This record gives sequence, C-alpha cells and structure tokens, in this order.
Amino acid sequence: MSGAAVQAPLSWRRLKALVTKETRQLVRDKSNLMVGLFLPVVLILIFGYGLSFDVKNAPVAIVTEDTSPAAQDVVAGFYLSPYFSAIPLTSMQTARELMLKREVDAIVYLQSDFSRQLAAGHATVQVLVHGVDANRARVLQAFAQGAIGQWAVKRAAAGQSGSAPPITLQTRLWFNEANNSTHFLVPGLIVLIMTLNGALLTSLVMAREWERGTLESLFVTPVNTNEIIIAKLVPYFVVGLAGLTMCLLAGKFLFHVPIRGSLLLIIFISMVYLLVSLSLGLLISAATKNQFLASQIALVVSFLPALMLSGFIFDLNSVPAVVRGISRVLPPTYYVEALQTLFLAGDVSGLLIKDCAVLVTAAVVLIALTRRNTRKVLG
Amino acid sequence: MTVTGGVAIVGSGLVKRFARDKKESITALDGVSFEARHGELTALVGPDGAGKTTLLRLVAGLMRTDEGTLRVLDLDAATQPQEIQNRISYMPQRFGLYEDLSVQENLDLYADLHGVSVEQRQERYPRLMEMTALAPFRERLAGKLSGGMKQKLGLACTLVRSPDLLLLDEPTVGVDPLSRRELWEIVSSLVENEGLSVVVSTSYMDEAERCAHVVVLHEGKVLADGVPSSISSRARGHSFIATSTQNESARALQARLIDREDVIDAVPQGGRVRAVLRAESAQSIPEATFEPAEPTLEDGLMLLLRQQTNAKPAAGAAIELADKPAPDREQVVIETHDVVRKFGDFTAVNRTSFEVRRGEVFGLLGPNGAGKTTTFRMLCGLLPATSGTLLVAGADLRTARAEARQNIGYVAQKFSLYGDITVRENLDFFAGAYGLRGARANERIDWAMDNFELSNRAGAATGKLPGGFQRRLAMAAALLHEPQIVFLDEPTSGADPLARREFWRRISSLADHGTTIVVTTHFMEEAEYCDRIMIQDAGTMLAIGTPDEVRQQAADESHPVATMEEAFIAIVEKSRDQVRAKDAA
Repeated sequence: MSGAAVQAPLSWRRLKALVTKETRQLVRDKSNLMVGLFLPVVLILIFGYGLSFDVKNAPVAIVTEDTSPAAQDVVAGFYLSPYFSAIPLTSMQTARELMLKREVDAIVYLQSDFSRQLAAGHATVQVLVHGVDANRARVLQAFAQGAIGQWAVKRAAAGQSGSAPPITLQTRLWFNEANNSTHFLVPGLIVLIMTLNGALLTSLVMAREWERGTLESLFVTPVNTNEIIIAKLVPYFVVGLAGLTMCLLAGKFLFHVPIRGSLLLIIFISMVYLLVSLSLGLLISAATKNQFLASQIALVVSFLPALMLSGFIFDLNSVPAVVRGISRVLPPTYYVEALQTLFLAGDVSGLLIKDCAVLVTAAVVLIALTRRNTRKVLG
Repeated sequence: MTVTGGVAIVGSGLVKRFARDKKESITALDGVSFEARHGELTALVGPDGAGKTTLLRLVAGLMRTDEGTLRVLDLDAATQPQEIQNRISYMPQRFGLYEDLSVQENLDLYADLHGVSVEQRQERYPRLMEMTALAPFRERLAGKLSGGMKQKLGLACTLVRSPDLLLLDEPTVGVDPLSRRELWEIVSSLVENEGLSVVVSTSYMDEAERCAHVVVLHEGKVLADGVPSSISSRARGHSFIATSTQNESARALQARLIDREDVIDAVPQGGRVRAVLRAESAQSIPEATFEPAEPTLEDGLMLLLRQQTNAKPAAGAAIELADKPAPDREQVVIETHDVVRKFGDFTAVNRTSFEVRRGEVFGLLGPNGAGKTTTFRMLCGLLPATSGTLLVAGADLRTARAEARQNIGYVAQKFSLYGDITVRENLDFFAGAYGLRGARANERIDWAMDNFELSNRAGAATGKLPGGFQRRLAMAAALLHEPQIVFLDEPTSGADPLARREFWRRISSLADHGTTIVVTTHFMEEAEYCDRIMIQDAGTMLAIGTPDEVRQQAADESHPVATMEEAFIAIVEKSRDQVRAKDAA
C-alpha cells in the first residue's frame, strides 16, 4: 500500500500554519541566519576582494648591468606599470636570493653589453618568472612581454628601428580585455551562494525533525507530505532570494560587473536553480535523517561540485573528459553557464533555453524524490 | 463521528517484525489480539521490549502490520492511515514539541493543523491552560520548560480539539510525582466528563490500576487482559507484608527474600517488605513474620510473568564482591556544608548541608528543577560550588578534584558509553581510563561481565543493545575501579519493574560490602530502598532522614500519610504554599 494513494489535496490553512512555524524556527535559530545571510556577505567580500586572478604590484627585480639610457628605457615600463613593483638591483646574485626567498616574483635581467647587442640588432632581455604558481607566472610573463613590447612599439614609432622587435617572448595566455577576473567571478559567486543557501540550510531541516522526534507527532495530524515539503521550501526560498539580491547589488555597485543580458532572466533562472538546490538539500535530509551526515553529504555533493566542477574556477574545456562528463550531469554547471552568458555576453537564447530546461527538470526530479522519501511512516 | 458498537480499536493476530540486520529479524509483535473500548482508559503494560510502543504506532498508522488486521475507529489501519490520523491524537514517548517555538505557538500550530476554528479555540484554550497551569508561561519557548511542563504542553497539543481517540506512549517517564499526578488528573477528568477514549502505555503499575482495562504484553504476546482487579486478584493469597524478626533494614530483608526460589517478588514498603510468595503460606521462610495483604496490580503482574514466562525478578543480580574487612559504617564519606550554586541570578542550590556515611544508600528526591542534578554534579566534581565546602571521600573538591574522582564512580542519566564500539571494548576503554592494566584489568572486566550478565553480548555494538542492557553496562563500567562511592542519576528512569528490581538488588549487595551509593529517582517507592533520603525543591532542602522519618514528618500535618509518594507530595506542596504565602505578604 503506497502512502500516496490516500493523500487529501493540499490545505492552504495547514500550509500557512507550517510555513509560519518554519519561518519562526528559521528566524530564531541564529546559526541558520548566519549561514543564510551573513555567509553570503563574507563570501562576496572574500571572493570579490581576496580571490582574484589578477596580478597587481607584483614585486620584480630589475637587474641592469648596463647603465646606458637605452637600457634604462627598456625597463622604464616596469617602473611605471601598475602591475609591477620594480626593485632596481645591480647584481644578479642578490636578485637570485630574493627570488629564492620569494620576495620577488620575477627578475628582468639586462646584461652589461645590452646597448652593444641592441646596436647590433639582436639584444636579449632575460625574464625569469617564479613558476610555482603557474597561473600567476603566465600572467607575469605576459605582462613582461607587454611592458617590453610597448618599448619596442615606441622605439619603432620613433623610427629608431626598422627591424623586428629585438626581444622575443612567447605568450600563451589571453585575458579579458579589462584584465579583471572579478567580472568572471561574480556570476560564479552567485552560484556558490545559491548552492550554499539552498542545500546546506535545507539539509538540516528535515533531519532535525527526525532527530528531535517532532515528525512523529506531526505525522499523526491531518497534515500531508506535500504540505510538509512545501512548507520547508518556502522560507528558505525567501532567504535564498535575499542572498541573490545581495550578490546582484554587490556585483553592480561594488565590483561594477556589467549585466549585458536581461536582469529578469537572471532572477528567473536563479529562482529555478534555488529550487534545485533547496530540494537537493531536502532530499539529502529526508534520506539520511541525521543532521551531521546530511550536512556533510550536502557539502560534498552540492557545494564542492559547484565550486570545482561547474566551470566557475576551472574551465571545463581544459579538464579531462571524465570530469567534464561528470560536470555535465550537475545542475550548477548549467547555472554557471547561463549566468556567465547573461552577465558578460547577453541574451543568447538557444543556450539559455537549454540551461533552463535542464534546471527545471532537475528541480522536478529532486522534489519528486524528496516526496518519495518523506512518507508518513516510521522505520 | 458515529462509531459502531463500543469498540474503538480491534486488533487481531497482529504481527510486526523489524530487520535487525540482513539475516536476522526481531519479532516485536507476535500475534497480538486486543480491544480498546470507547469512553474508557485502556493501559498497555509489560516489561521493556514487550511491544507497547510498536502497538501504539500501528494504531496511529505510523507503521504497517506484517500480518493480522487492525481496525481503529472502524477504519482499516493498513489502508486508511490518513483518515485515522485525522481523527486521533497521539503523544509519542518523546513528544515532538518545537523547542524554538513558544508554548502558545506550539498550541497554535497543532490547532491550525487540526483545523480548529477561532471560536473553538476561545472555548478550548482557557480550559487547557487551566488544566495544565501553563498560562503564565505562554510566551516561554518550549525548550525552556521543565520536563514535567513539557509533558503537559505535549498533552495540551494533543488536546487542542476533542480527538475520537487519544494515544499516550509512556507519558510520565522522567516526570516527577507532582507533575505525574497533575497529568493523570487531566486525563481522568477528560475520560469521566467527556467520555474520551484513551490508550496509554506505562511502566507505572499504579497508573495502570486507574485504567478500566489492562492489556499485559510480554515479548510481543498478550499475557492477560481484563479489568485491573482480574489481574491483581491472581495474586490473592500470595501477597504478604513481611516484617523481619531480626534487627535488619527493610532493604536487607527485601534482598534476603527476593533471592529465594519460593519468593516471586519482594519490594520494601513503609519500612517493611511487600512480598509475593509462590505458596499461599510463608512457613518455609525463617526470621520474618508474614501478614496477608490485599494484592496489587504489580503483585498480579509479577505472578503472571513468573508463571507464564518463568521471569524471576532480580534473579542472579546479587553482585559477588571480594570479602573485605567489615567497613566502618560510622565513617563520613561525603560532607557538604552550606553549599550554594548560582547560575547568574538564579540560585539552583541554596545553603545545603548533609553528610553521608560509608555503605549508606542515600537518595536525592525532588520535582523537576529542584536542584538534584546540580547537587549531583557538584558532588561528582563536575561543577564547582559557588560557596560552601564539599568533602568527598576525604578530598576537598575545591583543591583535590582529581583525588576525589579516583574514589567515585558516576552513572549519568543519559547513556554515556560509546555506542559504536562493542561491550568488551567499552569495558576495556573504561578500565584504561581508570588506570587499570594487564591482569588486574582483565580480572575486573571478567568480574563485570559475570556480575552484570554481559558475557553473551560481549561482541555486540553497544548502541544497538536494548536499554536495560545498556544500563547494566553503564553501571558495570562505573564500578570497574571499585570506587568507594557510586553516583547514579535517575538510573531507573524508563525501566520496567523487573529491571528495577534487578538494579536495586545490585545496589543492595554493593552497599552491604561498604560501597556508598548516592542515587536520584522519580519512583517514590524506590526511596524505600534507601537508608536515608533528602527532599529538595527549588534548590532548598525540605527534609532529610530515613524513609520512616520523612514519612512521619509529612504525617504530622493534617492527615496521615501511607506511601512515600504521598509524603513527598505533602512535603513539597507545604513548602510551596509557604513560599507563596511569604511572597504574598
């Protein structure tokens, strides 16, 4: 006998009573509000200001053994650039020591016969980059290229050289034109906060009722499963929207991220994703019936994938095929795709329709599974 | 609302099995047939694991039977659970109050869920508030109520409308005698005045005695059912009150009697011992005189259990202890002087002084929130006193807490062993924690296994064992290092009559060998096992002395007092009246 066969239709009065109850519990439990409202603020600040793939004021040792004006001219770009903080040195020995201690990220080395080489048309500027942080190294390398390239262009414009730039540096990285990764991070940040708000908060609520034995009393009332589930979703949905609002405001006014697509679409797709994430948490909670276990599982199956596998931090085109395959079945991947498109590229309808469809399907499946796992029956 | 006949519940041939693991399953109910009638109180009684809770959950539609049919209010429990749930109210053992909602909000939630109209509420709420005396606490969060108040609020939540059937699962476990009496007054008046149908499971026989109908369950089977007198009368001719002809305490006589094969049951009562004998005469028992007594339901139940299942209370529970030189029973081992403990502005324990001597069984009694647990924790060195002196086993708890702890064993109220390791591993761990090693540790663990009947499940994960077994293990662990003093905090809360006798038999043998016992309990009849008791309320010591002295102190008032429970209630109420009069003045 399945429990579903004898369900009465949903009662608004009971639903209202349950939503009131959930809201009171949510508001009174300070830890919930911390996760729901305070954590988004902290995440916005950390990710917005702390986590940045931009390189600014990187300490660079400038070793010029040649004191000629030409040599000084080459390195002048490093002194003026906001990306570098240049430290003039005369000995390569000192520069190496600083590099070993990681007090400088790179060394620009002009040998004593630089002006003579330049006159001969094939001068060498050595750029040594600290390679431990590969990402940063590549950025620095490219900036160095830029700095020296500018000098070459200037020189060419002044008509002092008809030949090819005398220095060769290879570039393997492209940037966004503003050199600003925050633009790229804010949409990802919204995904993280929606996931965290949704899954982590709701993962606790059903398990808490099992642990405290409150469901046993609740079950022996006219309440039905639909009402219990909807009542659990509503207040957390509202908290999620508050988090979303904060992210959008921070994106616009703090980080000046452009919103090239429709704001309404951003809000709509975020609501759908919020539903996915809330119902995932609720499903975990209903299945484990244990708060600790539920929160651990919620972190592993929702937050970490949203962080690592959604294309937020690591580009999905550069990960192994297996990982890409996994990320293709995870809802956050589609949400990240949709948001980055909406923020940075604009309304690309085909892509957005696909993303919406996937997210709506995920929400429906997860809610159905939660319903199956919340029958009014004990052990 | 019309229900055919006078029957609220009819169950026949009910079987319910639970899978313990992949291979094994436990049969919780094994062919149970019973009836509960409309407008009556029906009690489900029986030892732990009898199937009382399972049966109530089946009736509430929270579980489905494996075999048999169950009709509740003329509805089929298997196919129409929601219809049943629309009409009944159910109070589980741990009532699901929302602790972060206030008293009023909890009530409103259940009223909304049951569709109680505003007019009905206006009529109902004042009555509920009057019955439960919760009116002053409407705005208080349920989590901040005392245990007894929580139970009353739970009951109020189930009564926000008039259910066609009320199910109560052990509603008074862990509730003090005063609150227990109040709860029963509420239920009885609803049955008498409104014809409410109630099914209640309980391990208090005096509660079952108030019911119109009693169903005795044992290991998933019905042993007997009928009016209480039909069960108690089985013991007619077997019930006696025994008086020792030697100069021995009631506890010593009780221990002597209960160990005998020809005695079915023995409990101390009013300084003497109530005994159920196998034969209808007592000629074979030396050094005691016996007068015939009116049998109680508990007498009848014990006889029934013995006859039908051969269960013998406290069989083999006497602990074997190494012979030691006779303890000096005059030696004071616990001495407290003007002890005060404050939490902020709140005084939990106020200027309390008492002494406990070697080998004494000392009982701490008091309503929920009286300060028992606080006193207890201070004696164990778990909580420092705000002022006053505490000497335990000769060590000052302010300066030599570690030294004092070496000599004490502590059994907490909640199960505090490691649930996911085995019985043996728990004992190994505690032996290590107490500094026992090698042969000595093994010797003590073997002793514990033998004397607490743990050997047959030594390799089982502790958390999966039944409650009674866990309680035995907790006590064994606390005794590994042969402490001079053992502290037990509500050790028999929720335990059935058999388990309680077994527990007290062990306590008696420990005390005989010179171990000092300090114990708290909500079962007032258990105070009769104590050499001396202390009654506290609102942090103040109200009475101290032997059970007889305390009874007499209460009896000095307007009416004579027969039982410990009556004495307790009289003393606490008198003190509360005085406090109220003083506040008013």
